[in-house]
Amino acid sequence: MPTFYDVQMSSRLIVGTAQYPSPAVLEAAVEAAGADMVTVSLRREGAATGGGQGFWEIIRGLGVRVLPNTAGCSTVKEAVTTAHMARELFDTPWIKLEVIGEEDTLHPDPFGLVEAARVLSDDGFEVFPYCTEDLVVADRLVDAGCRVLMPWGAPIGSGRGLNNVYGLRQLRAHFPDVALVVDAGIGLPSHAAQAMELGYDAVLMNTAIAKAGDPALMARAMRAAVGAGREAFEADPIEAGDMASPSSPVMGRAFLT
Amino acid sequence: MRIVLNGEDRRLEAARLDRALEELGYTGAHIATAVNGEMVPREARAGTELEEGDRLEVLAPLPGG
Repeated sequence: MPTFYDVQMSSRLIVGTAQYPSPAVLEAAVEAAGADMVTVSLRREGAATGGGQGFWEIIRGLGVRVLPNTAGCSTVKEAVTTAHMARELFDTPWIKLEVIGEEDTLHPDPFGLVEAARVLSDDGFEVFPYCTEDLVVADRLVDAGCRVLMPWGAPIGSGRGLNNVYGLRQLRAHFPDVALVVDAGIGLPSHAAQAMELGYDAVLMNTAIAKAGDPALMARAMRAAVGAGREAFEADPIEAGDMASPSSPVMGRAFLT
Repeated sequence: MRIVLNGEDRRLEAARLDRALEELGYTGAHIATAVNGEMVPREARAGTELEEGDRLEVLAPLPGG
């Protein structure tokens, strides 16, 4: 199982908590996923009876680790301030760092991301940066203190799967000792399995489960896919070839013509 | 005193942030606060005086991906 900042996890599937049709469905999905960590955000609260208080009770009731995010932040200052507020609110140094550079694709801003990661790491945070598969940006994030990298598979909520398998494979090969999580873009269990087959440590998803017709059933399917993909990686799969190679023995074959 | 709470104009009697939060209905709430874009930690609220026109942000845990 993956280790994030010296913490041994018990699941390779991290689940977001947004967009579920009801709190009961969220609870059922997290349980079906077998997740031991969920992502949450910080948003404006109307008053003591606002939605955040009830949501917080639900999350605490799940008994899982919480990974707060800086979703929606587009500047270093916003992201750093949000991270500090999250650290106080959730009593954790862990932060899923998002610095968004382009609104239509929610493409990470690599420059702001590296700068914010450095500021936060220097301040004692343990940063989970939402990044792309860009090798140089990843290198800079590791230099900044990140021991986990979370490259996207595809844009958030798109469900397109792994857009750049080659790039993700390169990243895995380049950082054998950094925990790697495919975050965003997963739509189907086959996408999650593919990420695990590449040797990724975990996958993080929200929309694929929350917006499925039956979120708990999809969560269970994702859990199975993550398990199958990981076992396939550990089993050392064969290389794909261009030509056929008979699997039945050639020796002893009858001549019946 | 007039302040801007989470983007909306509000009138306040209390100036001290901890008392202002009570006046605004946040007593006992699990929240984090920022004034004019700078975080005010929980333990610093009693020592923080709001001024006319200040922008107060009150954030809470909410669903996220």
